Amino acid sequence: MKVVYLDNNATTMVAPEVLEAMLPFLSERYGNPSSIHSFGGNVAREVGRARDHLAALVGASPQEIVFNSGGTEGDNTAILSALATMPDRREIVTTRVEHPAVLNLCKHLARERGYKVTWLSVDRQGLLDMEEVRTAIGDRTAIVSVMWANNETGVIFPVEEIAEIAHEHGAMMHTDAVQAVGKIPLNMKACAIDLLSLSGHKLHGPKGIGALYIRRGTRFSPFVIGGHQESNRRGGTENVPGITGLGEAACLAAANIREENERVMQLRDRLQEGLLEAIPYAHVNGHPGFRLPNTLNIGFEFVEGEAILMRMDDKGICASSGSACTSGSLEPSHVLRAMGVAFTSVHGSIRFSLSRYNTDDEIEYVVREVPGIIGFLRQLSPFGREDLATVCTVQ
Amino acid sequence: MWEYSEKVKDHFFNPRNVGLLEDANAVGEVGSLACGDSLKLYLKIDPESDRILDARFQTFGCGSAIASSSALTEMVKGKTVEEALQITNKDIAEFLGGLPEEKMHCSVMGRDAFHAAVACYRGEPAPRELLEGELVCECFGVTDKQIEQVVAENDLSTVDQVTNYTKAGGGCGQCHEKIKEIIARVRGERLAKEKKAQPSPRRMTNIQRIAKIQEVLEKEIRPMLQHDGGDLQLIDVDGTHVSVALRGTCTSCPSSGFTLKSGIEAKLRELVDPDIVVEEVAA
Repeated sequence: MKVVYLDNNATTMVAPEVLEAMLPFLSERYGNPSSIHSFGGNVAREVGRARDHLAALVGASPQEIVFNSGGTEGDNTAILSALATMPDRREIVTTRVEHPAVLNLCKHLARERGYKVTWLSVDRQGLLDMEEVRTAIGDRTAIVSVMWANNETGVIFPVEEIAEIAHEHGAMMHTDAVQAVGKIPLNMKACAIDLLSLSGHKLHGPKGIGALYIRRGTRFSPFVIGGHQESNRRGGTENVPGITGLGEAACLAAANIREENERVMQLRDRLQEGLLEAIPYAHVNGHPGFRLPNTLNIGFEFVEGEAILMRMDDKGICASSGSACTSGSLEPSHVLRAMGVAFTSVHGSIRFSLSRYNTDDEIEYVVREVPGIIGFLRQLSPFGREDLATVCTVQ
Repeated sequence: MWEYSEKVKDHFFNPRNVGLLEDANAVGEVGSLACGDSLKLYLKIDPESDRILDARFQTFGCGSAIASSSALTEMVKGKTVEEALQITNKDIAEFLGGLPEEKMHCSVMGRDAFHAAVACYRGEPAPRELLEGELVCECFGVTDKQIEQVVAENDLSTVDQVTNYTKAGGGCGQCHEKIKEIIARVRGERLAKEKKAQPSPRRMTNIQRIAKIQEVLEKEIRPMLQHDGGDLQLIDVDGTHVSVALRGTCTSCPSSGFTLKSGIEAKLRELVDPDIVVEEVAA
């Protein structure tokens, strides 16, 4: 069965060009970039090229890019570094809708190390209240960490504006841009953000590679301490195949970003329109405008997400859900709950996330198949219509 | 990604007995939208024979919730009410070729819905375990009675297990201590029952008796003494005659004689052999 992959915010296909770029470094070009001999030195040159490509994608200088293992390491490094370099500031400002890499780190810092964490709320459409942001950030704030775009809803946050506010109070600004990089244009030269995390596998690169952008002049304390690699900012022999893969992925993303914003957005909008037209009691979660071009989160009322995903999986359609049952925990999505999405639809929320590899035919197939799935499950559901409530007075 | 059995998948993709039963004379409903799953069970019961002629369901929930509901209707159809009341949540899980641990609450939901439907049929207010009792988990609305029942029926020993079977404790986590207490209470009662049900201790061999005495000392008595800064060492066992040496604060404690007779000896008599005599010796 053909797979229609609409779960690109979870991970993406490794682009064929990326794989090709990586292969030599998994075979004959195995040299260590730190070596004096040219066999290693030539590999160091490729690492440098990858750094250039990635820097260009986010509008940074190559020296501002530190390769690491991915988004979680970047988030941990950035926040812990800010706290370490500003020991007299004991407060962190972040949002209720962060990725667990930031959310759970901040909870840990509050619980184990006594930091005060201010959790910014979001409204029904997933947007921040800028007045609340201004009030939350103060002269005791060490770091403000706000994601560039939310992984579940695709909602984009005004991180550049928040960075200005952070700087007014002498605080550092970090953003988890894992979902934004490669999907929307970013330009670090034009903004004041100090630290930015990104991950390779969300932009058609391999897993296990990512980078932290550190603005030139930013005080920094390394997280992984070891050798002199990455200009003493991240120890450990470079993941050369990963780095070259990420470099190629960045190159492709830069070339395709216009397409992402136009064709992928058209596909997403067609999917949204098709599903909402065919399915009553369904609505989009997240602000329709301030949203990544590839992301569509729909709440289907009266049905449960895992059941929807299982039946979609049976048709070869891959997506994900904010339902409690899919995560293994019993709590449904913290993002949708923070937005105040009604329980009637939070359990039945499905996230479709597209990529430039999706086609019109695939979207039409999904628009044809999903209404039947929702309809079938609603037939099964006790909610949402007249029933036999009168038979018995019990309960 | 859950590892579901083929039978779970079959009952999810091809659920049996779906929908309203217009001439139902019993309806049982458990769960809620907020909790993430809900089951409404309809039964048609022959009032003459008490036999379940038909069963239908409506379920809002995940794959295993729908499969458990479908399985339940298949299991109760054709049985008398009394026969069907014997079905436990374990039976439902087994019928489906097993459920992932985290999904066991789906089988419990099936059992609860059936009991609610039977209460409705009999004109009783509602099943005891759903109404009575103190609310333990506020996030998912689970009472101590429900937890007690599930712990006893499924031999559960950890909070995680209780969460998997009832959802209790799966939200804010504030009730974890209470759940631990309930587990300890239920298991304690059960342990005592098992002890009573054991064959006459007189039939124990010497080796069995020594092993049993050691076990009781290690598990029941030493932790109690250590809690007060004392301790004890088993020196010898001769038939029913047990020699121990007291340690730590026990050696200087004026009530150690009392501890020896009313605490240690009584416990060993209760759990090992009613003829046991405990004596303190110098180490």
